[in-house]
Amino acid sequence: MEELRRVIREMLAGGKVDLVIAYAKGSLPLRSTPVFIRNAEDAECAVFDATCENNLSTYLPRYAGKRLAVVAKGCDARSVQEYLRERQLDPGNVVVIGVPCQGVIGRDRLSRRLSGKEITGAEMDGDTVRVRGDGWEETLQLFEVLHPSCETCEVKEAPGAAIKLGEAAAAQVAEPFALVDDMERLTPDERWAYFTAQFEKCIRCYACRQACPGCYCKECFVDRSAPRWVGGTDDPSDTAIFHIIRALHLAGRCVDCGACVKACPMGVDLRALNKKLERDVRELFGFTAGLEHEGKQVLSTFRADDPNDFIK
Amino acid sequence: MAVKILQKKDLPCLLGKWSQSARVLAPARQDEMTNLAPWEPGAELDLGRNTWKPLKELFFPRSERMFAYTGDRMNAELSPIDQDHEQTVVFGVRPCDARSLALLDRVFLDERFTDDLYKAKRERTVLVGLGCNKPLRSCFCTSVAGDPHGTEGLDVLFVDTGDEYAVYPLTGRGEALVGELPEGSGEVEARASALADLARDMMPRYPAEVLPDKLTHMFEHEIWDRIHEKCLGCAACAYLCPTCHCFDVTDEAKTTEGHRVRNWDSCMFPLFTLHTSGHNPRTSGKQRMRQRIMHKFNYFPVNSGAIACVGCGRCVEVCPVNTDIREVISEIGEVK
Repeated sequence: MEELRRVIREMLAGGKVDLVIAYAKGSLPLRSTPVFIRNAEDAECAVFDATCENNLSTYLPRYAGKRLAVVAKGCDARSVQEYLRERQLDPGNVVVIGVPCQGVIGRDRLSRRLSGKEITGAEMDGDTVRVRGDGWEETLQLFEVLHPSCETCEVKEAPGAAIKLGEAAAAQVAEPFALVDDMERLTPDERWAYFTAQFEKCIRCYACRQACPGCYCKECFVDRSAPRWVGGTDDPSDTAIFHIIRALHLAGRCVDCGACVKACPMGVDLRALNKKLERDVRELFGFTAGLEHEGKQVLSTFRADDPNDFIK
Repeated sequence: MAVKILQKKDLPCLLGKWSQSARVLAPARQDEMTNLAPWEPGAELDLGRNTWKPLKELFFPRSERMFAYTGDRMNAELSPIDQDHEQTVVFGVRPCDARSLALLDRVFLDERFTDDLYKAKRERTVLVGLGCNKPLRSCFCTSVAGDPHGTEGLDVLFVDTGDEYAVYPLTGRGEALVGELPEGSGEVEARASALADLARDMMPRYPAEVLPDKLTHMFEHEIWDRIHEKCLGCAACAYLCPTCHCFDVTDEAKTTEGHRVRNWDSCMFPLFTLHTSGHNPRTSGKQRMRQRIMHKFNYFPVNSGAIACVGCGRCVEVCPVNTDIREVISEIGEVK
């Protein structure tokens, strides 16, 4: 933590950057909150631990022309790489501060583990999470309550980081595409029932889209009013269209940071769909998003010798 | 009306009685969330916390057909939508949520422009409250003129006094539900009121009462540059807010027939203020955040006489980036 603060302080004091986007302690137990640091003396508020669930790269395109630094976990840094590949950021203007990530707490999973009991206080000590509430106290290990995206994370080190603070720890604890395998074992009807149940929870607050670094269209297709592509009612087909098209727009771009799932106030989880697309892109094109920023975006390329006839 | 008493073990029996003539909704845990669900004998209630979704949804659904039409623009025929007329009793309503309806009434039941769709649902619904003996971690009702045992908007208030409930009928409709219960003693009443005092004392305080006046002069204040910065611009706060009530009206049509529909909308979206001309008077996140805070703590107090926040804390819990309205209130309160 001290090293993180020192790095931020020095960057701002030395005039290397105008703004550092970091995490500060949040207002609820086990929550952190994004903080925008412009003065070296404010670096003291920066923290990093397993509560730092937000993908801060989402904020970067808002500050075009400014010299930026961002505190990034492996997944967040992959988002930065995709922004650079898609020419949304000027590579000379972004410094990635890679932080050692052991995975972040999945709040839904923690809540489930505690049968929904309200947490009124908590402390983190390395891999140990101590939580308490009204008349109870429990000590858990981080790996028991990791966010599902962190369980399957393949890239703990922040790609493209100019500064690396410590070694990223903890290898993945689950097969990256186990979720997809599970889905594919279901019948189409069972799969559709699963996805329908997810869509039905959606209230169209668009927290997923707003939290997603890949969703930066100036005008989202659901917001277009002339022509109107999709209705705003609670009709299941409208909600399904929003989620399915959003997932397709992220094919080959999604880094599985889990920002969408973490942001959703209703517990909608469509990672199975994103992971399926991620695996397809990897198998068909040998591409994994966010590892570096050179080269074209995988679904925007065309080869005259493409083996598929339909594409010629 | 005098306090009544109900042994806790007799609650299912009472709900069963109500369910003979009305649909009874009560908080239940389902898919890891506590929400209102149709009650049936044997159903397990979850009365340990407020519902995740706010009460407004019962009266002001996320999407609602307002009327149907056929024909073209020169020759259209309108027809009303069949309304659900089922009498409904909601049990376990928290005082903050009941108060949110009292606030929404000021909008939807304004006698100059009464909203019939809302009104019909209000009229067929009886609200049975449950006082809060222990505030949850994000509760702050007493800072915004609420009370953990408040009665505004309720027909009956239950207070959990241990092995029994102290039951306060508050309206004629409430009296009809609990009138046959035995009268409670002064001792029961004293216990309930001591619990209310305790809950009030436990509730943290934020200086919300100074905001309506203060904000009048703060439209151009630099504070908005800071407050909005981490906001992602979603509507999780607004859609889970029991008092946010903005909506958009659209037509869902197929050639010559369709419905006029209203859907929840939010001032946090740029589309909310986009004009047909293409001009948008609120292009920045800062302007949109200012609008939301101003509407709740200045415009609504000026226009409708109360702060449009009941301190339920839902926005605090659901914000993906932990924007905490209590901190916003404190920050504005501290402005000299």
